[in-house]
Amino acid sequence: MVRTYFLLAWTWTRAAAAYPASFWLMTVFGVIIAALDVAVILVVFANTTSLAGFSRDEVLFLYGAASVSFTVCDMFVSNLDRVSQHIKAGTLDTFLIRPVSAWLQLATDRFNGTRVGRVLQAGAVLGYALAVLDLDWRRAWMIPVMVVTGMVIFTALWTLAGALQFALTDAPEVSSSFTYGSQQLSQYPFSIYGRDLVGGVTYVVPLAFINWQPGLYVLGRDDPFGTPEFMRFMGPAAALVLALLAALAWRQGIRHYRSTGS
Amino acid sequence: MSSHIRRCKTIPLYARLVRYGFRKHATYVWAALAGAFTNSVFGVLRAYILIALWQTRPGLAGYDVTDAVTYCFVTQAFIGPMQLFGGGLGIPERIRSGDIALDLIRPASLQLSSLAEDLGRAAYLFLVRGFPPMLLGAAMFGIVVPTDPGRWAAFLAGFAIAVVVSFGWRYLVALSVCWLVDDRGVAVLSLVLTTFFSGLMVPLHIFPGWLGDLAAALPWAAMVQLPTDLYLGKAPVLETLAFQAFWAVVLLALGALGTRAIRHKVVIQGG
Repeated sequence: MVRTYFLLAWTWTRAAAAYPASFWLMTVFGVIIAALDVAVILVVFANTTSLAGFSRDEVLFLYGAASVSFTVCDMFVSNLDRVSQHIKAGTLDTFLIRPVSAWLQLATDRFNGTRVGRVLQAGAVLGYALAVLDLDWRRAWMIPVMVVTGMVIFTALWTLAGALQFALTDAPEVSSSFTYGSQQLSQYPFSIYGRDLVGGVTYVVPLAFINWQPGLYVLGRDDPFGTPEFMRFMGPAAALVLALLAALAWRQGIRHYRSTGS
Repeated sequence: MSSHIRRCKTIPLYARLVRYGFRKHATYVWAALAGAFTNSVFGVLRAYILIALWQTRPGLAGYDVTDAVTYCFVTQAFIGPMQLFGGGLGIPERIRSGDIALDLIRPASLQLSSLAEDLGRAAYLFLVRGFPPMLLGAAMFGIVVPTDPGRWAAFLAGFAIAVVVSFGWRYLVALSVCWLVDDRGVAVLSLVLTTFFSGLMVPLHIFPGWLGDLAAALPWAAMVQLPTDLYLGKAPVLETLAFQAFWAVVLLALGALGTRAIRHKVVIQGG
């Protein structure tokens, strides 16, 4: 499965590399767009030293950790949210009759290697934050765990977004509220949000485990909402549950898909 | 005499194009509602950032917390009508396919007919994508709703000019396809400039030092920051409208020059 994935991704990358100038330009532009979110954080902190109890560098740490997970998924699976486009164009049927899973083919469809720039940008911010924050290095093992947990959660979200588009073929933009909305949500410490919203994204959709709960552990801070200590370590379990639900939803979507017949 | 007849026909023509633009986009009601939903969700997330900032700095930039929340939802409501993420015009595709040659020989100006259609589009999206974020913001946080009819008039005038400014900018971006093989670079540049320097992400008033002064003088300020300030009653009405009108005229004039330039270019290529 992994081999097939990289074979398909490599094919698309080679196609894109036929235009090297365009390839590098888009990589650079990807970095610039991603940097806008950092620019907003810097503008906010040009006006204050702390936002809902968190310093600039702590926010950059939370941003960096979530963004590494997000941008990796944006590169490798985000094309799943083009399901509705394929349904409308009638091209989904071709994916279904080939001897590779439709999920893999859709994830690699028009694989875009230029998004690697965003991954590097996110990594650079995370690296900066880790360098300037005075962290307790006995807790650093959590950083790779949280990044991988975040990747599983974002992959599940994109799969859900794709599955949702089998139902909402005319309104695909709704699904980007979940994927890109989750990224926007996880850029800032959850202490800025309302208690109900944080409850929802902790216990209903486990977005709090992308970076907030494990991030609190890495930073050695208590949860302003008073969740118990063990919640910091629940990320991998929550991510697996979400991934299972996403897989089920995806299968339902594929099963109930009726071709346009044209 | 003949010019008199032409003028009589011209105005109804463009009025009809405005109506067609409105009706064309009214076909995609689900897409518009989905956009409204997404704009509302992001509005809520942005609102929390601004609330947190204004709680630590009450009165920052002359806004109180309610003003800041209102700012957030009003600006989210602008995304659809002003196409702040780019696009909205069919010109780039028509340049690529060569259909633009047909548009250029039509007896109506390409720029004005595009503007007319875009105004119809903006009017439709103002209704469908503008109100939901504001209603949600009002329900969740409470927003400022002006009671003074004068302020509403100022806001609607500022909003209308802002749509023209946004058209003027997007038209220039669209024409650039004629000279560039790959227009994605310009699209990204425009996205960055428009979302950051219009005040869509955070109010321009809180930009530090020279960056704030620069942003306030650029055309993108006329799109989002200024009409929102008119809504909040935080800006002198006449000066603000004059500044917006200045940029609308400059961008439309550049667009007219650009239209002339592509007319020559198309003739050369189409020989």
